[in-house]
Amino acid sequence: MLRTFTLHEVWILVLAARWTIALSLAAFAGGGAVGLILAIARISPFKALRYIASGTIQFVQAIPALMLLLLFYYGLNLFGIRIDAWTAAVLAFTLSTSAFLAEIWRGCLQAVPAGQWDAARSLGLNFPKALILVIIPQAVRMALPPTVGYMVQVVKGTSLAALIGFTELAKAGAQINTITFEPVLVFGTVAGIYFLICWPLSLLSGYLERQLKVGHVNVQAM
Amino acid sequence: MNKTSYEPERPGSGKRKGDPLNYTFQFGTVLDHFPDLLAGAVLTIRLSALTMVFGLFIGMLCAVAKAYGPRPFRWLATFYIELIRNTPFLIQLYFVFFALPHLGVRLSPNNSALLAMVINLGAYSAEIVRAGVESIPHGQIEAGRALGLKRLQIIRFLILFPALKAVYPALTSQFILVLLGSSIVSAIAADELTAVANTLNSQTFRSFEIYTIVALMYVAIVFGFRAIFTSIYAYAFARRG
Repeated sequence: MLRTFTLHEVWILVLAARWTIALSLAAFAGGGAVGLILAIARISPFKALRYIASGTIQFVQAIPALMLLLLFYYGLNLFGIRIDAWTAAVLAFTLSTSAFLAEIWRGCLQAVPAGQWDAARSLGLNFPKALILVIIPQAVRMALPPTVGYMVQVVKGTSLAALIGFTELAKAGAQINTITFEPVLVFGTVAGIYFLICWPLSLLSGYLERQLKVGHVNVQAM
Repeated sequence: MNKTSYEPERPGSGKRKGDPLNYTFQFGTVLDHFPDLLAGAVLTIRLSALTMVFGLFIGMLCAVAKAYGPRPFRWLATFYIELIRNTPFLIQLYFVFFALPHLGVRLSPNNSALLAMVINLGAYSAEIVRAGVESIPHGQIEAGRALGLKRLQIIRFLILFPALKAVYPALTSQFILVLLGSSIVSAIAADELTAVANTLNSQTFRSFEIYTIVALMYVAIVFGFRAIFTSIYAYAFARRG
């Protein structure tokens, strides 16, 4: 006997979306922290550090996120480290998010005019102080639109956790599809919920980008 | 070896003193199945390459439709682009694989995968190409008209070609993302590289070895594609203005 796809099933999907959001936030927080370290290492005055960071980023960006997920989930288990789907997903998404955010943020840090570095150094600030007091505050403005835009990718990326059996929105959708056999309705609804999460972020990113351009014009007009 | 212990040795149990990583790597079992993995890699490369060609084509159509088309075409293109860009590829794949047969279109897993990938890349490349199309100064098109070029010639030589050149880096990094995203189609049992890895994993349980080797294979494929993209740029764009 097949269940029918009713409002009750829609509600189950909405509840499952909470895990999608939780996973996105965890991946974004972890990826942001590691990504910031990588981005700073990438522009640091130490050559070795730059090479290590850029190598890590290049390498991680060349591996599918799903492969990282499978490596963490199945791979670590073999070393006697018991790892559940949630931890594996957070670790894998942290790693892949950090590589992409690091590249975005490095671009923003380097887009701050070199004269700002010279000015900061001539005022007697050392590298960390110049970075934190002078460069980062200016880079944040530029970094905001692409970062919000990348959050959309993070949210969508969390759907991969379904493939290691973590019940978030995509997995809940697949399960409800199995018991109702209404794929058009079920995946239509799932897509709709993802859209409702991602679309505002996309709009915000676009809005911030336009604001930034307007800001630039004002600066030039002064 | 601790002979006094009667506990059966399990890989990864970590029970032996002073040897927390009680695990013997056995890449041999994986290497035995290397031809299978290679076949999977070939399918991954083929799927990705076909997706790049068809996806870019759809992307260019949508970009031109959105920038120069009549209003209903613009709306349609915008709807398609925003819908695809704001939903996960996995759900698009599920839709193509599970819902399309329900609507009367039955495709093999590999063709479902290809269709979903093309639909996905089409939307992303449309946005990228559109950015390039919009960067073309209007005077350039007027100059083309003044020189008596036909409409299609203007679109081809004065809009698409310079637009593609301008957005080439963004486009190729999207292509790389598609290549990486192709691993997701293992979810519907298309037999590309990740799916082969999953099958091997369930046969041999050598998860770490398999996924490490497969991850390295992806890295190799990605670096190969990057090299190809660089030489295509040198061939197609660098010499001509």
